[in-house]
Amino acid sequence: MNNITLPVIQTESSCCGTAQMVQDASPHLNQAFVMGSIPTTAGDLPKVSSALKWQDHWGSIKARWGVGRMDYAIDPGLYALGNPDNNSPVLVTANYKMSFDRLREALPGRDAWILVLDTKGINVWCAAGKGTFGTDELIRKVDSSSLKDIVSHRKLILPQLGAPGVAAHKVKQVSGFKVYYGPIRAADVAAYLDAGFKTTTGMRIMIFPLVERIVLIPIELIATIKPFLIIAPILFLLGGIGGQAGFWANAANYGLFAVVAFLAAILGGAVINPILLPYLPGRAFSIKGFSIGIVTAFILLYLRDINLQVWPGRIEILAWLLIIPAISAYLAMNFTGASTYTSLSGVKKEMRWALPLQITASICGILIWITSLLIA
Amino acid sequence: MKNSIYLKNVVTLNFNEDKCTGCGMCLDVCPHEVFKMNGKHMTIQNRDACMECGACSKNCPADALFVQSGVGCAAAVINSMLGRNDGECCCSSEPAGTITDNRGGCCCG
Repeated sequence: MNNITLPVIQTESSCCGTAQMVQDASPHLNQAFVMGSIPTTAGDLPKVSSALKWQDHWGSIKARWGVGRMDYAIDPGLYALGNPDNNSPVLVTANYKMSFDRLREALPGRDAWILVLDTKGINVWCAAGKGTFGTDELIRKVDSSSLKDIVSHRKLILPQLGAPGVAAHKVKQVSGFKVYYGPIRAADVAAYLDAGFKTTTGMRIMIFPLVERIVLIPIELIATIKPFLIIAPILFLLGGIGGQAGFWANAANYGLFAVVAFLAAILGGAVINPILLPYLPGRAFSIKGFSIGIVTAFILLYLRDINLQVWPGRIEILAWLLIIPAISAYLAMNFTGASTYTSLSGVKKEMRWALPLQITASICGILIWITSLLIA
Repeated sequence: MKNSIYLKNVVTLNFNEDKCTGCGMCLDVCPHEVFKMNGKHMTIQNRDACMECGACSKNCPADALFVQSGVGCAAAVINSMLGRNDGECCCSSEPAGTITDNRGGCCCG
């Protein structure tokens, strides 16, 4: 009882923090997805449906492309799904709207309470890692929503991926509610409820199938746009300094190829790597990205049909064999954060050798490429 | 799809069998089937599958499990190396000295 302090997390400096004042009020009834209200002993609570509207789907698509993703939040607090009563199950989730929508759309025709924690608009898994989907916040929301007066049972169903943030035994000690870790995926929640809070093995294992990898591609690509827009023009103009022809003719030759090669390296790391992830060689993501980069480089250089009889041609090839794999490897390495099975210790170990190699290969590659331009 | 395995022999997972009460909570919360029940105690059956999320140690009522938890995210490691934490991922930095390691990055939407 005494090893828990309730009013914490306040000290956190948060970029998307909501004022503590409104945090513990009931969720607003005027949010776009709210269908009405339901009277309870704790006042009128917002009622939601399992049927999503086009705005909800559109919101998910935008968030996947990084539009408004950091501000895609709903009011925390207790919501009614359908017409729950005091025996209905209580499902806990994050206030990232996509998390909330995935949960309710998986429960058509069911009545349940949905307790939304204030995770600052971050999904359950990441918020649990940060501790905002955590023991203290859960206890606080159970208390502020007067859940004890609204339901007669003392059970909370949490997504399994919330477990890194929540100590179930401490929640029980302080709030009296027993935490049941439900399935990983919202789609399995209905089956879990029907089975009397029992999961199958499959519900408990985090896999990373093709479709889940593909939906992550947009956000990977978006992250590369800015560096591309800065670096591509530089490469194009640098291409102009070499060769026999005039500046712009050279740029259209060497510079344009450089831009295409850079783009191909990005697509290799940010698109091909997620798609082919389990089938690529190596355990380290850098090796996977490097493999893609090497293949990409050979294809591009074959298509470019460089004259191997002369030195400028030979070292231009060498330059791209260094640059393209290095960029693909770097971007593939960054996909560790989105993957579902990399450990921090592993990522640190990989980075210790991979990052210096990527940086060295890129710098050497660029210098060699410029040399090839100067002697061309 | 089979569960993928990242690098071998790196994880910080530590298990004290003497403290284990065999409650099975770690079985419930582990997303990668790292544990299995062996009679009255747990055992680690697939250590390399551990992603150091910390769910087991957080939920172990007997304090029998320890893991240096963190998110396996290269972008977050780079951000913290560069001393910035307002990168493309998640919000704010953690206050110094919390139990969790740096969680600057992650976030898969």
